[in-house]
Amino acid sequence: MSTKARVIHGFEVAGLDVFVPVIRLLTGEDPGQQLAEFGRNVGIPLLALGACLLVWAGVASRIETSIGTVPGPAAVWEQSKALVADHYAEREKEARFYERMETLKAKFAEQGRAWKERRYSGKPTYLDQIVTSLETVFAGFVIASLIAVPIGILCGLSPTFYAAMNPLIQILKPVSPLAWLPIVMIMVSALYTVEDPMFEKSFISSAVTVALCSLWPTLINTAMGVASVDQDHLNVARVLRLGWLSTVRKIVIPSAMPFIFTGLRLAVGVGWMVLIAAEMLAQNPGLGKFVWDMFQNGSSQTLAQIMVAVFTIGIIGFLLDRVMITLQNAVSYDGRAG
Amino acid sequence: MATFLDIVQLKKSYPTRAGEAVIVDGFDLRMEAGEFVCLIGHSGCGKSTVLSMLAGLADITDGNILVGGREIHGAGPDRGVVFQSPCLLPWLTAHENVMLGVDRVFPHGRAEERRRIAEYYLARVGLEDAMAKRPDELSLGMQQRVGLARAFALAPRMLLLDEPFGMLDSLTRNELQDVLLELWQRDQKTALMVTHDVDEALFLADRVVMMTNGPRARVGKILDVALPRPRDRAAILDDPRYYPLREVLISFLEEQEHARDAVGSEAA
Amino acid sequence: MGAPAEALPRTDAGVPFFEMNGVAKFFGGGGFVTEVLSGVNLEIREGEFVAIVGFSGSGKSTLVSLMAGLLEPDQGSIRIQGETPDGPGPDRGVVFQNYSLLPWLTVRENVVLAVDQVFPEKSAAERREHAEHYVEMVNLTPALDKRPAELSGGMRQRVSVARGLAIEPRILLMDEPLSALDALTRGTLQTEIERIWARDEKTVVLVTNSVDEAVLLADRIIPLNPGPRASLGPSFAVDLPRPRDRTALNSDLTFQRVRNEVTQYLIEVQSRSAPATSALGRSLPDLEPADLRPPRARLGR
Repeated sequence: MSTKARVIHGFEVAGLDVFVPVIRLLTGEDPGQQLAEFGRNVGIPLLALGACLLVWAGVASRIETSIGTVPGPAAVWEQSKALVADHYAEREKEARFYERMETLKAKFAEQGRAWKERRYSGKPTYLDQIVTSLETVFAGFVIASLIAVPIGILCGLSPTFYAAMNPLIQILKPVSPLAWLPIVMIMVSALYTVEDPMFEKSFISSAVTVALCSLWPTLINTAMGVASVDQDHLNVARVLRLGWLSTVRKIVIPSAMPFIFTGLRLAVGVGWMVLIAAEMLAQNPGLGKFVWDMFQNGSSQTLAQIMVAVFTIGIIGFLLDRVMITLQNAVSYDGRAG
Repeated sequence: MATFLDIVQLKKSYPTRAGEAVIVDGFDLRMEAGEFVCLIGHSGCGKSTVLSMLAGLADITDGNILVGGREIHGAGPDRGVVFQSPCLLPWLTAHENVMLGVDRVFPHGRAEERRRIAEYYLARVGLEDAMAKRPDELSLGMQQRVGLARAFALAPRMLLLDEPFGMLDSLTRNELQDVLLELWQRDQKTALMVTHDVDEALFLADRVVMMTNGPRARVGKILDVALPRPRDRAAILDDPRYYPLREVLISFLEEQEHARDAVGSEAA
Repeated sequence: MGAPAEALPRTDAGVPFFEMNGVAKFFGGGGFVTEVLSGVNLEIREGEFVAIVGFSGSGKSTLVSLMAGLLEPDQGSIRIQGETPDGPGPDRGVVFQNYSLLPWLTVRENVVLAVDQVFPEKSAAERREHAEHYVEMVNLTPALDKRPAELSGGMRQRVSVARGLAIEPRILLMDEPLSALDALTRGTLQTEIERIWARDEKTVVLVTNSVDEAVLLADRIIPLNPGPRASLGPSFAVDLPRPRDRTALNSDLTFQRVRNEVTQYLIEVQSRSAPATSALGRSLPDLEPADLRPPRARLGR
């Protein structure tokens, strides 16, 4: 492959196909065609987005609610800037607090008095909430994958094991996160009783709820991928007299990889949706709680702030999906081109 | 030369609701070491079943298969198999596909020696420049070249080829036949190949074993192919013995076809 | 190369029935252009059965698509009876390798669909009868109301042939119609194709990778030199009486000569493009394979 082909392949694996025409254009490849393609991939979506914003702006100002006019795009944009500014202001406050504490500490030391370390206890900002949500969904996803992939492999390999697991899977799969949550919260309270815990209880229950809801797609896809390993490939293993473990490691898992990653990708999507609901209901920190707090708040800013949250949730969900697609393409042999 | 392979009264049957379905019954064949035998017959006559049993990939209902005087137990790398589809692992490169088996069969060799084995055979099948490619970057013909390299690299005592070129067009097939013949000639392996292509059988084999149509398929006729080796396709086609030999095979297959039609019309 | 040395019999006014002149086709754009076909010249007279033999991936399908009008040539011209056709049309029937039948329609409906398009002036009953006539021609009348999924590969290909014939094209193009079938079904369908051709006196172009199939069916065989930049080789005339019998042909000296000539031509062009098989400068380490057989512990079986 030429360097150019390599770069293009890299972009394709990363799911950034829309920029491929730009590369081709930069290397002087048939400008007319590349511009047309770029226009279709980037120009048209941008136009469509612009049209939506215009309609929104036009309609929003006409709707009156109990807490004021529905905010238009401009108001939401202002609000998002305000939320970010708020974050930096809060961080500055925190920094100043610790500065003060340092000077105080020095003073205390001079006077020979005992010093007790104090921590800053400001409210979490919007960006903090985002980070918490991401951490929670990641933790839940990891827990789900660690459970689902091995069980899925066993299900795929052994029809007996699958027959044993199947009713459990079929019954538990459709359960809503809202039903799991109370059980999980009670169980976590009962079981997670460590002194000076590393994680908040709320964090654990959110993550476990996410895991409970998002392990099914991974489990089912893994089982399907393993069960559909080409008999020819298994014959290769038999001719070589590979042991059970080597067969699973060298033949079964790589072969099922595309399926496993499809499952993982679906799992991340489900997990992200479940998380927001769980946070909202359980008052666990995160984006869901932010939305709920704003709703309870009922100020004139409420609607704009919630809309900022909606966009944030959407964009993060989209980015998570992109990351998973990229991983899937990078790991799978049947990703685009070899 | 001594008998290398001895197949005695081989039988394969499956239980079905309508009773026992006998695919192959009373199949006898002896092969000498270093011999190339082609097994020819209509599709579905059970020739691939015989090969699967020999490879250890299918159970034997009755009878014996002795390789080098020892009864076979299951599949193993001492019998290299080339399947109809190249069966390469799509996530490995051509080189890695060959190495998978080589690492298994030569665990006592140094890593560098094992690498040399794989590279040697890949070069021999004409893939010097394609070793680092994945199967999806190779044409079907090239993939089957890897399949051949993989089988030979394991230094099997015997080669089993199950219509290895059946999925290729008849021209690509010629190329691969040349590659196979060249490998076989140098390594002097005992080889049994299943095919339904009359010209392929004549070009490759020392003897062509013709199988009757199933059910209860067995050896019908055996044809000695006394064409000189090393074989050159152009010379073979011009050999006065070629078309008469071809005639024998075609007539046999034709006979079997008519026999089957007769059975079919009786049943109807 | 391409145009054979001997003058071809012509239709009226010296215009060949089907003609390709200096046809070339490129794929890709910018830095990645490949010339799939280059300088293709071909003349076919009316009622002739021509077989084009070539390797898979050598541009055969591109050639058929060009002939059918599904692709436009980048260079050169294609003419039917002296006229340049405008895109694909019912004057050229195409039978594809993969049957391309609509799975939700029955055999009859698949054929009727094509007939409806081409003969809108006929009444529904006439079109139905017309379709059934061609289904009968390929011996599939008992399967008229079956769907493709219920048919074997050979039967599906027959439907495809019936559909190709039912539109009564001036020229029938067949792109490896039999290569997905097993040897036996192949033989049966070959006989059938010859029979239909002899009866209808259609102009037929058969693209195939089998020299035997070409010799069995065609009046003239033209090899396709492997691509990229594939072009047509010299014509080989097949002067064998019809109907031809596969088994009897084997001992026919003309059959043997044509078969050997075409095969040897193909071996020659192929050896120029095939990857070299050599292990020059490489050697094998002196290693014995490990014995991975299970130990001989058990007695008997």
